[in-house]
Amino acid sequence: MTAILWAFDVVLAVTLVALAAGVLATASLFRSIVLFIVFGLTMSIAWARLDAVDLGLVEAAVGAGLTGALLLNTLGHMRSQAEFTPEPSHGPGGRLALALAAGTAGLAIGAAVWAWPDAFAGLGDRVDTHLAESGAQNPVTAVLLNFRAYDTLLEIGVLVVAVVAVWALSPMRGRVLDADPPGLVLAGFVHLLVPVVVLVAGYLLWMGTDAPGGAFQAGAVLAAAGVLLLITGRVAPPQLQAIVERGAVVLGLVAFLAVGVAVMAGGHAFLELPDAWATTLILLLESLLTISIAIVLVILFAGGRTDAAHPPEDAAP
Amino acid sequence: MTLTLWYALTGVALLVVGVYGLVSRVHVLRQIMAVNIVGAGVFLVLVAGAHRRPSGAIDPVPHAMVLTGIVVAVSATAVALAFARRLRADADERTDGAAREDEARAG
Repeated sequence: MTAILWAFDVVLAVTLVALAAGVLATASLFRSIVLFIVFGLTMSIAWARLDAVDLGLVEAAVGAGLTGALLLNTLGHMRSQAEFTPEPSHGPGGRLALALAAGTAGLAIGAAVWAWPDAFAGLGDRVDTHLAESGAQNPVTAVLLNFRAYDTLLEIGVLVVAVVAVWALSPMRGRVLDADPPGLVLAGFVHLLVPVVVLVAGYLLWMGTDAPGGAFQAGAVLAAAGVLLLITGRVAPPQLQAIVERGAVVLGLVAFLAVGVAVMAGGHAFLELPDAWATTLILLLESLLTISIAIVLVILFAGGRTDAAHPPEDAAP
Repeated sequence: MTLTLWYALTGVALLVVGVYGLVSRVHVLRQIMAVNIVGAGVFLVLVAGAHRRPSGAIDPVPHAMVLTGIVVAVSATAVALAFARRLRADADERTDGAAREDEARAG
């Protein structure tokens, strides 16, 4: 390994740990959240460095982008509380005890990592052997949509449950989003950006079977466009009663289950894609999943149901 | 030191920082961010470990698991934040209610 790459790795690792410490130590919550977003973006560089481009894309869109937007939105709802919240001190003894406990756990896990063998094939060889029959050229997509489709099915289930939980917890009283109308720059920017974002999402979805990308990356990018439209008031917050929204939330899960059961008619096991149909089915599932993931992430951002009993005070027209 | 080991140990360091933050911070938003940092550390250990194939290629299974993990983490974060907002809203309501009662008594 060349010296310049080593220097890069050292700087990246130090930056990551320093940003994480900064998130937790900064007195201003707003600054904390901004540092957290920077942390997520820096993580996506680390993913790229580890040849995990799929993860880099998801981290940038979801880990940094959407989680950051969620946190900022919640901070906006909590504005009545002082932004600067000095954390009560545990006293030097308490802090030392907590740091020792966390440090000991870290040493134990670090020792386990240190003892790893240098070469370890894991399941990589088996994935390579069967990649041709998976219907996808990108091994990560092959694992997600074919070899371990169960994981992905349950993941979509988790997203639907999260929407139900968020809707159940928070009838939207008060404001959905800032009442201020968007400035000229933001409004114009959204005009330019949204078509490009939709194009990028479509590209990520289409390329996902052969190259880094796929339903989650495309859905997350599409959700970013949705969030932009929501905060600039161009679309109304998702409605609980609207059959279209409810349909879109469960579309991915229902399609996944339907495909999983339908293949059983041909004598296959649940979710075992027939080789000849695999590419078509993966593309179909990914397209529907993209729609569901995008709408779910936008709903999670909007963070509450709007219904007749609790109309938001400043709902967008 | 190999690339795997370096990034795996970075992941462990993030985990330690996150756990310390989780137990020592009090504000709920900071605790939610601390859990996310712990998650990032765990993901980094997993993906660094996937970089050890003799052929130099990556092991895609941990990558797929971490991709699932990131999406599940954002769902869990959204639910946690919804809880935080609800707690805040209920606390505000109680404070408002108490203030009105005080006014009524004073009046």
